Amino acid sequence: MSNELIGARVLRKEDNRFITGKGRYTDDINLAGQTYACFVRSPHAHANIKGFHISAAENAPGVVAVLTGLQVLEDGLGGLPCGWMLHSKDGSEMKQPMHPIMAGEKVNYAGEPVAVVIADTYEQAKNAVEQVAVDYEVLQAVVDTSSAAEQADIYPDIPANTCYNWELGDAEATSQGLAEAAHITRIELINNRLIPNAMEPRAAIADYNTGTEELILYTTSQNPHLARLIFTAFVQIAPEHKLRVIAPDVGGGFGSKIFVYSEETTISWASKKIGRPIKWTAERSESFLTDAHGRDHHTMAELALDEEGNFLALNVKTTANMGAYLSTFASAVPTYLYGTLLAGQYRTPSIYVEVDAVFTNTAPVDAYRGAGRPEATYVLERLVEKAASELAIDPAELRRRNFIGKDQFPYQTPVALEYDIGDYEASLDKALEMSDYAGFASRKDASQRAGKLRGIGLSCYIEACGLAPSALAGSLGAGVGLWESGEIRVNPTGSVTVLTGSHSHGQGHETTFAQLVSAKLGIPIDDIDVVHGDTGKMDFGLGTYGSRSLAVGGSALSRAADKVIAKGTKIAAHLLQTDAENIEFDAGEFKVIDSNEGKTIQEIAFAAYVNHDFPIDELEPGLTEKAFYDPVNFTYPAGTHICEVEIDPDTGVTEITKFTAVDDFGTLINPMIVEGQVHGGLVQGIGQALLENCVYDTEGQLVTGSYMDYCMPRADDVPSFDVGMTCTPCTHNPVGAKGCGEAGAIGSPPAVMNAVLNALGQTDMDMPATSEKVWQAIQNAAASN
Amino acid sequence: MYDFNYHKPDTVADAVALFNAAEDAMYLAGGHTLIPAMKQRLRAPTDLIDLSAIQSLGEIQAKDGSLLIGSTVTHSQVAESEVVSAEAPVLAALASGIGDRQVRNRGTIGGSVANSDPAADYPAAVLGLGASIVTDRREIAADDFFQDMFETALADGELITAIRFPTTASAAYAKFPNPASRYATVGVLVAKTAGGVRVAITGAAASVFRATEMEQVLNDNFSVEALAEVRLASDDMNADIHAGAEYRAHLCGVMAARAVASI
Ligand SMILES: Cc1cc2nc3c(=O)[nH]c(=O)nc-3n(C[C@H](O)[C@H](O)[C@H](O)COP(=O)(O)OP(=O)(O)OC[C@H]3O[C@@H](n4cnc5c(N)ncnc54)[C@H](O)[C@@H]3O)c2cc1C
Repeated sequence: MSNELIGARVLRKEDNRFITGKGRYTDDINLAGQTYACFVRSPHAHANIKGFHISAAENAPGVVAVLTGLQVLEDGLGGLPCGWMLHSKDGSEMKQPMHPIMAGEKVNYAGEPVAVVIADTYEQAKNAVEQVAVDYEVLQAVVDTSSAAEQADIYPDIPANTCYNWELGDAEATSQGLAEAAHITRIELINNRLIPNAMEPRAAIADYNTGTEELILYTTSQNPHLARLIFTAFVQIAPEHKLRVIAPDVGGGFGSKIFVYSEETTISWASKKIGRPIKWTAERSESFLTDAHGRDHHTMAELALDEEGNFLALNVKTTANMGAYLSTFASAVPTYLYGTLLAGQYRTPSIYVEVDAVFTNTAPVDAYRGAGRPEATYVLERLVEKAASELAIDPAELRRRNFIGKDQFPYQTPVALEYDIGDYEASLDKALEMSDYAGFASRKDASQRAGKLRGIGLSCYIEACGLAPSALAGSLGAGVGLWESGEIRVNPTGSVTVLTGSHSHGQGHETTFAQLVSAKLGIPIDDIDVVHGDTGKMDFGLGTYGSRSLAVGGSALSRAADKVIAKGTKIAAHLLQTDAENIEFDAGEFKVIDSNEGKTIQEIAFAAYVNHDFPIDELEPGLTEKAFYDPVNFTYPAGTHICEVEIDPDTGVTEITKFTAVDDFGTLINPMIVEGQVHGGLVQGIGQALLENCVYDTEGQLVTGSYMDYCMPRADDVPSFDVGMTCTPCTHNPVGAKGCGEAGAIGSPPAVMNAVLNALGQTDMDMPATSEKVWQAIQNAAASN
Repeated sequence: MYDFNYHKPDTVADAVALFNAAEDAMYLAGGHTLIPAMKQRLRAPTDLIDLSAIQSLGEIQAKDGSLLIGSTVTHSQVAESEVVSAEAPVLAALASGIGDRQVRNRGTIGGSVANSDPAADYPAAVLGLGASIVTDRREIAADDFFQDMFETALADGELITAIRFPTTASAAYAKFPNPASRYATVGVLVAKTAGGVRVAITGAAASVFRATEMEQVLNDNFSVEALAEVRLASDDMNADIHAGAEYRAHLCGVMAARAVASI
């Protein structure tokens, strides 16, 4: 693959349709005879349902059907499953409450669907929803993460509201390390709960054809195949061969659209009952209430250091909020995507982590951009910065002292992962230089003269992407293998249709994957189209999340392209009447070695379909190849983020004056797209650090249920970013890529918080660092002096 | 939203007559508060009376030492008006800081003042500059107009036709926006008027109010230093997840000082 296309800033192929309003999102699709669904949702966080009164709604204008959670029970539908089985320290299986698609007997979070009204128009459905009366017996809600285990049980068969008590690492060696330490730094942190807020809300259309008994579901999914599998195998809505799931253009997911939810499942079930298509599009307030939330950890951690500042041991104890039910991947997020990342970029010899996952009467919590890795990075990088401050060592220097050296790879961490490659000093050095770290003191003086407080903060993150080596994932409890598929169809006239089991919902796969295939096959990028998101077109795929698409899905395509070349070589040999060994492929041409003879790949493609004389036992017509790629290890993107802030002490407002991100994502196919992913991730990370916070009151009512109160970052909240790259190509996949989709959201929160605390000369504060919190911290410090 | 009857009169008299004839009517200006409230089913008028076709409500005029801004004039029109910039530049500055571009293109001064949202910006200007609210039947002094959260002196069916501002060059508005909604967490308008210094604060309490302690101090000595002696009590201040009462009281002082410094 020697081609100038790898690493080229090709403009995105998909943008023409997006910026001219020609994207086709689920809500843009309308089917003949379509009806509309509107859900009746529980106003209470925790209550027993004593009765449904639906006859008024059934008789309201335009109403086609009213279905309740009781009918779900009567039909014996399966619950929504969690795809990852975890075990507690004592070997017992995690506790999993039944998650009905609509509650019939008891509700466990505010906003949980209990009934659905289906009508000819959405307004009619919504009017009739007001006519549905539900009798509730309100119960005490469990809301707070850290005390959930001590409160009354939500589920009779789940003691102490505990899903599991999980552990990883060597407890004994870690306490030994702590005992021998010259210094121990301790920290207590809350990783604030977030609401994902994709630009396009969740939406679905279920279309059951009574004639063919086929169900087509259009849905805003990051992984339509997984949705089909769950519908068929678990909820038993329809057999797989009669079920087609289409995820057309999808406007952002950030994890929240990986999961299978109540609403699309309910309308699929209901469409079969009424024999008509049903559309549901979430209102924004429904998104706030019911999209799976992210983060929500409470953590205590301690880091043991020797006299020279070498890390000896790390001990972490975390309570993670699962919400009311286990969402699709929820159990894996605070464990395999969190505990395993606690080594960070450091040589810490002993690490022990315990995670208690608890249920509360809040919306389910699951993977959200970064998923576990931001939480791990946050703990570690806040802790390291605090240690540097306590020991009066420069925070960059303390990190450097403990880095895994670039000659120490592959490196086995004490928390299960084996890093294949990296160069942490390279990204640190580049970030220090780009951020003018050396010049910070003079900038701080200038701020001080202007009455402002200036601070700088670092974060050296690592993450594990490229989910996942299937055998490893399986041994850890994953319900499915995590390979990816890719198919390349070279059409007779030489254009190419690429099919991938991954899914693009903003990431630019239609460009990146076309670049990759173009580079491999020497076919112009304009002749290559990428197809994704339709179980009727691809036979299987695992979807897009965890920054896996290029590293795993791209690798599958790379393999498929190799197969196309191999087949083309055979065809060329046949046409040119020579042996395959005498053919070499380069830049779109099959050439006979040491001769002027050759055929272009387009000529070969044409021949592949129109030939009359292939020796059919040895050579089949056609030029379509498929490959499945199962990674042998995770990939390990890593880098250094440096944030510089200026605080106005009069108001407590923090301004980010400079943000530098230096990342090592391995080989870049399209640096423009990669930088866009970094920018988006940084804004989400900065949003978490300064602005965003999901708040429930003590009754379990969502306080931040709209943009009036949930503070999304806006363009003017962030600076123009300085993004730089270093590169150590991934050693074990054919593309050399590691993944770039989440790094921004993983690395940035601790960099921002470290900068804020550095400006204040303090070491403790939870996110988000709102102006009031910062102002209060300044007041408290002044009062205690 | 529920069904309603829609009317689009072209005179004030017709608008008021339609209002009185309907069962439960509401005036519709830019719809930026009313339509979302109807979509959420918090409001369910039987009749909507759209004011956008009444030409006289859309005018900005300077006459007899005052600036008359019609009730359906949008925030962006105020922000960009040369007349406003000449006669009362503080209003142009305030209007340009409301919401975002889309909001400024739809939202109106009449709708904002009639609605009297405790966090809206315009009430600070209306009260701080000592403006008056001109309606279809009378003219109400700002001091008598704003009564409580979302409560004004308007009678049922009374239509705001314009706001009459005194022309002034000696006024400034300093806003501390709520980071999520960008409405005012605290907004302070300070003006030197013929009758003395006026300080009006929005966002901090149930309704816009005059900070009389600040006014007294500034009347004696119009300076940031003098203002520093005043600390507003936090007792009646709003408190929410973005800003507690103490913090709001503190911000009133900071924003007032910034307004004073810029005059
Ligand atoms: C996203 C967003 C952000 C915003 N940010 C800000 C901000 O930062 N600062 C700020 O101050 N405001 C802000 N607003 C409010 C906005 O600027 C409008 O002023 C406000 O919504 C009123 O809207 P409107 O003029 O469209 O009136 P409408 O919504 O049409 O009407 C509002 C109310 O006033 C009544 N009414 C309207 N006109 C008259 C009249 N002439 N006589 C009598 N009654 C009348 C209506 O019956 C209704 O009850 C924001 C609004 C939105 C949607």
